[in-house]
Amino acid sequence: MASIVSNVSTLVESGLRGPALERRRTLALRIGAILGFLALWSVLAGLVVVLRLFNPIFLPGPWLVLGSLVELAAKGQLWIHVAATLQRVAIGFGTGAALGVTLGLAAGHLAPVRNLVEPLVEMLRPIPPLAMLPMFIVWVGIGEASKIGFITYATFFPIFLTTVTGVRQIDPLLLRAARSLGARGLPLFTRVILPAALPDILTGLRLGVALAFFVIVISEFIGAEHGLGYLINDGRNFFLVPQMLGAAVVLGLLGWAGSALVRLLGRRYTRGQQTA
Amino acid sequence: MTTAGPKIQIQGVAKSFSVAGRAMPALAEVDLDVAEHELVCLLGPSGCGKSTLLNIVAGFLAPSTGTVLVDGRPVNGPGPERGVVFQEYALFPWLTVTGNVEFGPALRGRPAAERRRTVDRYLELVGLRPHAEKYPAQLSGGMKQRVAIARALANDPAIILMDEPFGALDAQTRETLQDELSRIQRVEHKTILFVTHSIREAVYLADRVVVMTSVPGRIRQVFAIKLPEVRDRFAPEFTQYESDITRVVKEEVAKVHE
Amino acid sequence: MRTAATRTAALIGALVVWAAFTSVNARLGWVNPVLLPTPVDVGRATLDLLRSGELIRHLLTSLARVAEGFGLAALTALGLGLLVGLCVPLRLVAEPVIEFVRPIPPLAFLPMFLVWFGLGEASKIAFIGYTTFFPMFVAIAASVLRVDVVLLRAAASLGASRADLVRRVILPAALPGIVVALRLGIGLALFVIVGAEFMGADAGLGHLIMEGRVFFNPAQIVMGALVLGLLGSLLNALLLTAERRMLGWRLPS
Repeated sequence: MASIVSNVSTLVESGLRGPALERRRTLALRIGAILGFLALWSVLAGLVVVLRLFNPIFLPGPWLVLGSLVELAAKGQLWIHVAATLQRVAIGFGTGAALGVTLGLAAGHLAPVRNLVEPLVEMLRPIPPLAMLPMFIVWVGIGEASKIGFITYATFFPIFLTTVTGVRQIDPLLLRAARSLGARGLPLFTRVILPAALPDILTGLRLGVALAFFVIVISEFIGAEHGLGYLINDGRNFFLVPQMLGAAVVLGLLGWAGSALVRLLGRRYTRGQQTA
Repeated sequence: MTTAGPKIQIQGVAKSFSVAGRAMPALAEVDLDVAEHELVCLLGPSGCGKSTLLNIVAGFLAPSTGTVLVDGRPVNGPGPERGVVFQEYALFPWLTVTGNVEFGPALRGRPAAERRRTVDRYLELVGLRPHAEKYPAQLSGGMKQRVAIARALANDPAIILMDEPFGALDAQTRETLQDELSRIQRVEHKTILFVTHSIREAVYLADRVVVMTSVPGRIRQVFAIKLPEVRDRFAPEFTQYESDITRVVKEEVAKVHE
Repeated sequence: MRTAATRTAALIGALVVWAAFTSVNARLGWVNPVLLPTPVDVGRATLDLLRSGELIRHLLTSLARVAEGFGLAALTALGLGLLVGLCVPLRLVAEPVIEFVRPIPPLAFLPMFLVWFGLGEASKIAFIGYTTFFPMFVAIAASVLRVDVVLLRAAASLGASRADLVRRVILPAALPGIVVALRLGIGLALFVIVGAEFMGADAGLGHLIMEGRVFFNPAQIVMGALVLGLLGSLLNALLLTAERRMLGWRLPS
């Protein structure tokens, strides 16, 4: 006898989560959920047309969005834009990750490096990375280099910080045990410190990927001829809302895939350890 | 003495949970009467359904079959006439000791002066007056449980349901709190249903010990404990009860491992 | 390990390094000194803009947008987050929407908001509201759903009605999580407001920074960035103190 809003009996029996929802056939439910969302969206878009609520150009139904994507794909243009975005993210994230991890490991392990780098990081950390985008444009111009440089800058910080934390927060007992077994110097680093810090590093990498996709859009709004962000902003000129929404969805998919990839790699390389 | 008839009547109560689509019986038919002012212990191996039975009497779960009557009226959910003391203390961490103890009276809108008197009285009873303004995070386990008992008592329920309340405490604190509970019961004379898996604890506290079988839980045997109000854990009569009950429980535990 | 003293020392250190590096560059001309403004350059730019009142104007504009957008989002997230715990059908409806929208970077919708709401304040406020709503809603709903059943049972046995449970158990129990969610939201709002003010805006700190690029005035860019950083740190510190005061009961003595 469940009312829409849980009553006291339901609340004390199974808490706020509710009973049956604990058992989730997650994938099926998620797909069902997304289909439900698409259905809801379609209904709303249809209502706008039928009831003449406002110009339907502002809320195109999912079929129109899909249609514009298909059209772009057919013309071969979609891939050009996707590739442009992916290239910038890949190079930018790759560089940022390489720098972040190497500097992070060095700073975590060696006090002099830490003392040198941390002041700069402390000063730059509270500043939203987006604020520095115009700086990159001023320094390197409007082309690819400024976008990639900006992505590198943005992804560097979370990766650097989590790497340093990963190294600094290794259980000292582990280090003591390793040293008493004869590990020193480089072997200590590669066989104990690195693996122990790996979960944190991977968390940082996951954050970095998410951040890269988060900020790439805005850098593609300004001075770009290709890319998903360019597609979105360009759509503004002719009210190509389906294109704008479609490109956004594709971007979301790519971002999600990127994070999932890092998580999968993470699970492979940190078997048994706890990943955040 | 008071009205005729038992305080709590458990009639044909059974409970079955559905886990992953299948029915898992936790309790088979249980019939039990608890008289007013009695302290009855439900004793049994892990998973024998004694906590489930208590939760049903408390009104947190509905039985699959059967009813529970309190003062002749069916139980239909939790209520202030059945106070509960949980093994995990369940103190509200954002309230002080005082805030916790006066929770029930505050809900009923009792005036502040009256609430203060109530809180004082029950904190005095459990020996925690000096800690009235502390938060639960600042208390030890034993102290937390005493606050929980005070909170339940402050609401003046006729019945108190206790689900392994001393289970999370170390042996020393446990015995201290058993002494306290015994002393409190001599003052307050509540009707208490007490779940435990410690035979020693049951013999120390109970007027009657109900030994339950392993899953699905059923009443195996009821022991009436004829010992004085203040009990000596080392008296031969005490030890005799302990060994009698132990024998019965051991047979049940052996069944679980078959 | 990270005390206030070491942090201040680190910041001063950074300042010194910055000053040294840029002054040397100005002297030796490795790079066009305009591109690497010294702290003095930035200070001068700041004073200019302070004196003309521009800095305050743009700062307040950005703050107003953040406040309004965040405020709306916070209230909605709070209301819906609480409701989700109490109303199972609502949870079933909300989950697909969130799953679908979550992976899409909010900035990807900025042009959409410009199309929908035009170039005025409304688009910025709506965008901030949109960006901050979902993460806050998810976090608040999670902390509501996490309220321990045992606490609900204890309150019910003490005579609590449903309204009592919401007001005296669920809300206080979820409060720490709610506060964290709000802090998250503010941080996110400050993070994206800059980007939102790069285009389709003629006021705000983001606009000021972008202006620095258009008129080739890097000192203004650095100034804007530093002001933002300062703002963020201040707000964060304020929120943390408020949080600590409100939730003092969590700490064992």
